[in-house]
Amino acid sequence: MASGIRLEKLRKSFGATEVIKGIDMEIEPGEFVVLVGPSGCGKSTLLNLIAGLETATGGAIRIGGKLVNDVPPRDRDIAMVFQSYALYPTKTVRDNITFGMQTRRIPKDNQQAALEEFSQLLQIDHLLDRKPGQLSGGQRQRVAMGRALVRKPEVFLFDEPLSNLDAKLRISMRTEIKKLHQRLGKTIVYVTHDQIEAMTLATRIAVMDNGHIRQFAPPADIYENPVDLFVAGFMGSPPMNMLPGVLCRNGAALAVQPKGTGLRFPLPRPLADRVTLQDGDQVVLGLRPESIFAAETELPGENRFVFEEAVEVVEPTGPDTMIVFDIGGTEMIARVRPEDARPEGTRFRFEVDMTKAKLFTPDTGQAM
Amino acid sequence: MRQRRTSGIVQPKGLRSVLMRMGLFAVLGLFCLYYLLPLVVMVSTSLKSLAEIREGTLLSLPQAITFDAWAKAWDSACVGVRCDGLKPFMWNSIAMAVPAVILSTTLGAINGYALTKWRFPGADWIFALILFGAFIPFQVVLLPMARTLGQLGLAGTVPGLILVHTVYGLAFTTLFFRNFFVSVSDGILQAAKVDGAGFFGIFFRIVLPMSIPAIVVTVIWQFTQIWNDFLFGVAFTIGDSNPVTVALNNVVNTSTGVKEYNVDMAAAIIAALPTMLVYVVAGAYFVRGLSAGAVKG
Amino acid sequence: MTEHPSPRLQAERWIERQLPRIVVLPLFALSLFFVYGFIAWTAYISMTPSGVMPVYDFQGLAQYERLWATPRWYVAILNLFVFSGLFIVIAMAIGILLAILLDQRVRAEGLIRTIYLYPMALSFIVTGTVWKWLLNPGLGLQRFMREVGFEDFTFDWLVNSDYAIYTLVLAAVWQSSGYAMALFLAGLRSVDDEILKAAAVDGASGWKTYTSIVLPILRPVFLSTVIILAHLAIKSFDLVIALTGGGPGYATDMPATFMYAFAFQRSELGVAAASATMMLMTITAIIVPYLYSELRRTNR
Repeated sequence: MASGIRLEKLRKSFGATEVIKGIDMEIEPGEFVVLVGPSGCGKSTLLNLIAGLETATGGAIRIGGKLVNDVPPRDRDIAMVFQSYALYPTKTVRDNITFGMQTRRIPKDNQQAALEEFSQLLQIDHLLDRKPGQLSGGQRQRVAMGRALVRKPEVFLFDEPLSNLDAKLRISMRTEIKKLHQRLGKTIVYVTHDQIEAMTLATRIAVMDNGHIRQFAPPADIYENPVDLFVAGFMGSPPMNMLPGVLCRNGAALAVQPKGTGLRFPLPRPLADRVTLQDGDQVVLGLRPESIFAAETELPGENRFVFEEAVEVVEPTGPDTMIVFDIGGTEMIARVRPEDARPEGTRFRFEVDMTKAKLFTPDTGQAM
Repeated sequence: MRQRRTSGIVQPKGLRSVLMRMGLFAVLGLFCLYYLLPLVVMVSTSLKSLAEIREGTLLSLPQAITFDAWAKAWDSACVGVRCDGLKPFMWNSIAMAVPAVILSTTLGAINGYALTKWRFPGADWIFALILFGAFIPFQVVLLPMARTLGQLGLAGTVPGLILVHTVYGLAFTTLFFRNFFVSVSDGILQAAKVDGAGFFGIFFRIVLPMSIPAIVVTVIWQFTQIWNDFLFGVAFTIGDSNPVTVALNNVVNTSTGVKEYNVDMAAAIIAALPTMLVYVVAGAYFVRGLSAGAVKG
Repeated sequence: MTEHPSPRLQAERWIERQLPRIVVLPLFALSLFFVYGFIAWTAYISMTPSGVMPVYDFQGLAQYERLWATPRWYVAILNLFVFSGLFIVIAMAIGILLAILLDQRVRAEGLIRTIYLYPMALSFIVTGTVWKWLLNPGLGLQRFMREVGFEDFTFDWLVNSDYAIYTLVLAAVWQSSGYAMALFLAGLRSVDDEILKAAAVDGASGWKTYTSIVLPILRPVFLSTVIILAHLAIKSFDLVIALTGGGPGYATDMPATFMYAFAFQRSELGVAAASATMMLMTITAIIVPYLYSELRRTNR
């Protein structure tokens, strides 16, 4: 049985600086929640608060329904994997893994059984007599995971566990962590600054900024329906294009005219219906790079918009090619098929899928 | 010194932890007493009259504060046959320590820089051989040094002591600067070389301005060592050229006349004042010098 | 572009390339002369019949035989063992204890650290002077204790030839244990915070965290602290002179004071040189392996 975690009006200050500014959050048992955000947003502090490695300044933390604000880490039934792995350098891998069970005076036989089970699962059973200094980065990472798993706690906490690995190893460990979660079904809270890790691992993502949670939703929702400019700009690479403009009538339909241009991006029905602003009001039009591509026909279909701009920079990435261009002084990126790319300086006909467009109010940053 | 960032860890609450905390402060407080008591006794004794010392006890505070002992220690206590107090010897120590500190620090900085940033074949061996000099028991150089000073005409003089302290301080200063320069990125030097700077250009314009902390640590360390030295002072100087440590010992261990404990204590404080002052003003650097003495990089 | 630089330019470049060596060599020569040259001289004199003045007739190890036949030398050696053993063990114990206690989120840490460490700024001469006063049986602690009511309190170690050596330990520990504390505290603070957090999550108590995780990590700090304290102990000269003067009699003589007495007071240069050479050999045996391992480590 996994435990859920509930945070109520949680606050944390270091001296005069408030780092966590009143967070409410309900994590269901067995969920895999990823905390993302720019550095300094408070995501690691939030994880440390759940672990009991920091003391909350206000609010409540409940694990499995029990209030744990004053409970020391060892009695919270949690395990944690640290960014630096934090292996005990003078202990063997075996002692590193079993240390937590030794301190809890778990019978030797049970310790041995658990050690065998997880060292085989993580393929570190041949390393048990080595010291951490004799291991590679990937092996250390596995030992750190083994140390956390072996006690079979209800909640696992991961603090950027893959950030010190090279790119290839990171992807394979990512898959392994996902498999482990599916297999063990325990609650996981995972901190990362890598949005791909967040998208691939999470059942729900919490996007944090400046001590607040901006959006807490499944990965697809975060990507498709960001609640504000911050979330829209943070998730996605390259990020969403943010085109400032004004609302205007285009015949019967509502459209957005970017500043300093004559282009009018028509808004599709469901989005246009939600707009409560007047003609001439400022808006920001959000377009994902993949919803801008090479025009296929002269005449755009329904909810499509075609325009022509000069190619400024071409950035091939392999499967796709990024084309950088400019609309009224705003730099835009389109993701096109490599065979559609044209060299720098040529005119290029872009087509936009307006059903994927987002509209934000510039002053509050909220999505419409 | 760096502070921990683990102070937020939630601790179990209860009577036990309160008692532990009280025990902690009791032990820390007791040791504060252990370290402070001699200082307190030293100061309070120096402010008493001799009569009061005989009547009162060690820990009783002075009833009638008098600075007579200080005045006597400063300019009329007898050191050997001369009765001018510690004053002339304080000047000896200053005249010895200041040039020796400047010389040994400067040479050590250049030495450390050349040995770490311009490594040539054999540089490591040279460093190791120089470093060993920091650890020899100086008894092993006393006799030949005395003869060499005699042949140089520096026997029993302050310049002679400056030479001795510079030569034997060099090993330590080289070590300090080497440890500091090892942590300076070679990239900065390569950039400066590409910009056309040479050996001394890089040293004076790039490396030296970066080394202020290392210079402060080294100067403090050298000053403390040289000021507090007794062995070289007693072996290589006589009478008028004694540094203050030797003079203090002569005041205290004189076997003639009445023992004036208050004067002894005042003299001890006067002799210790410069290094104490450095410690109070630049304690943090002092601590860093101490740990740098542990050879760590 | 195959133009050859002018000979002058070539010469300048050569000098520029040789500059590091040109700068280091005189200083190295200084060190060779004043350290190794002098050691060689002392070592040679120890093998001559030198008395008041050095003579240069080689006579083998006769001075060492004389040295080891001198009862005062045995006293000095025994004192050195007693003194350095006690001094190192007690200073280390106090140093570790205080470092761990100070590591417990103590609010006034900076102030307390300053108090523990200030004796290190004092010379051994000043230290000796103060403790001589405190331990003076007539006016010091003994009299104080008697006046507050302990009529039979006796604390005359300073003038008791069986116990005088322990007064040296007392004063030396007072002067240097703060140093051990500072070294250990710096070591404790260099342990990665995440390791301590991991220990907290693993459920280790404060005590277990130190004994099982932190102190084993500090093994190198133990080693360097022992070496430094041992080095201080073997060289100890000033403290003995100031506190006991080597007395009563020569009950608190150490190799350093023995050497000084034979060189400058009794004018037996040969024996003095032999004792200095013995000291050098002892320190070399301790320090060279240590320096070797330290340099290999920092060069990586």
